[in-house]
Amino acid sequence: MSGDEPKKGKGTVFVRAEVCKGCSYCIDFCPTHSLEFSREFNAKGYHYPTLARPEDCTGCDLCGLYCPDFAIYGVRWKDIEEKRQKAAQVAKASE
Amino acid sequence: MSEEMGLEMEQDLERECALENPVLPYLRQDRIPHIWCPGCGIGTTVNCFARALTESGMNMDDIAIVSGIGCTGRVAGYLNLDSFHTTHGRAIPFATGLKLANPHMKVVVYSGDGDLSAIGGNHLLHAARRNMDLMVVCVNNFTYGMTGGQVAPTTPTGPTQTTMPYGNFESSFNLPALASACGAVYVARWTVYHVRQLAKAMREGLQKKGFVFIEALSPCPTLYSRRNRLGDGVDQVKYYKERSIVKNGADTKDVGLTYQGDIVVGKFVDRERPTWMDSMNEHFTKVLGNKFTPYGVENGQD
Repeated sequence: MSGDEPKKGKGTVFVRAEVCKGCSYCIDFCPTHSLEFSREFNAKGYHYPTLARPEDCTGCDLCGLYCPDFAIYGVRWKDIEEKRQKAAQVAKASE
Repeated sequence: MSEEMGLEMEQDLERECALENPVLPYLRQDRIPHIWCPGCGIGTTVNCFARALTESGMNMDDIAIVSGIGCTGRVAGYLNLDSFHTTHGRAIPFATGLKLANPHMKVVVYSGDGDLSAIGGNHLLHAARRNMDLMVVCVNNFTYGMTGGQVAPTTPTGPTQTTMPYGNFESSFNLPALASACGAVYVARWTVYHVRQLAKAMREGLQKKGFVFIEALSPCPTLYSRRNRLGDGVDQVKYYKERSIVKNGADTKDVGLTYQGDIVVGKFVDRERPTWMDSMNEHFTKVLGNKFTPYGVENGQD
């Protein structure tokens, strides 16, 4: 995900950079080729994936199914909005 | 915007919307990151297993996972189920005991090719013969990964291994044919490239009654691939992608593997046979009549 850019695809990915081992499964098998290696390193010295073309991501979560290190997963924006509303309701109810 | 800033914003959004990786609830998170090498496919099979558990809708308290020794034997330690890390090759006997003592439980054996077919080879044959109600997931990486790349019974003829420095000249096991000949009721083979199919096979295996055998081919980048100059883990998965032929219902005699040759994948066998416990109950009811109370039935044996 790259923030406030106007171009936005159907989904996005979340990366836990600290557990990634840079195997490139997610990058090579992404159906829309929207992931790429980061230029930065994580603490262990591996390049982790970043969403280089957010407009192409469909949030299909195939990267999450492939990742052997449980470091990435994809979500559709539709589901994120639903979860956001649900989380807001929970927060309101607990107040 | 730098990539680190991007990661921070991701984490904020994740926290705000209470999102999490769908696999995480099934893992003992204090043990992550795991010990598997970069490019190893075992983690991918764990993902598929977690999806299968979600889709099957089973109660997590009714599932136990048993593994032997080896890289794949670590799976039991990472999954947040009732898990049992047993001695080398003896995963199936432990699982059999667990199943007989708790007939309502679904017992999954998750182990490697060396553990299941070499050290525990006899147990595999006899559990399949008895049609013990177990699901066996065999992650086949063609070598002994944890001990340093020795020849396994599944190593195809050709590649160099630590104990075969001039190339392996032995013939390898055809595991689906072995399991099917011994009487397994469900036999499938997929690779870590076929994640959706593997997850579906595992879901069907969880719901199937009887001895289920699922072979998952996985790369071993550190020992098998490196020693034979086959590239990284991802290069092996690309080879699986290019050379796999899906043949559901294929005769298991024709699905043997050769070194870097074609891989026949699919669901080969799906049939019905009475399980060991069903046969026992039926037999003793016939022989002893009212003196015998059928075992495991009142507990809701699946």
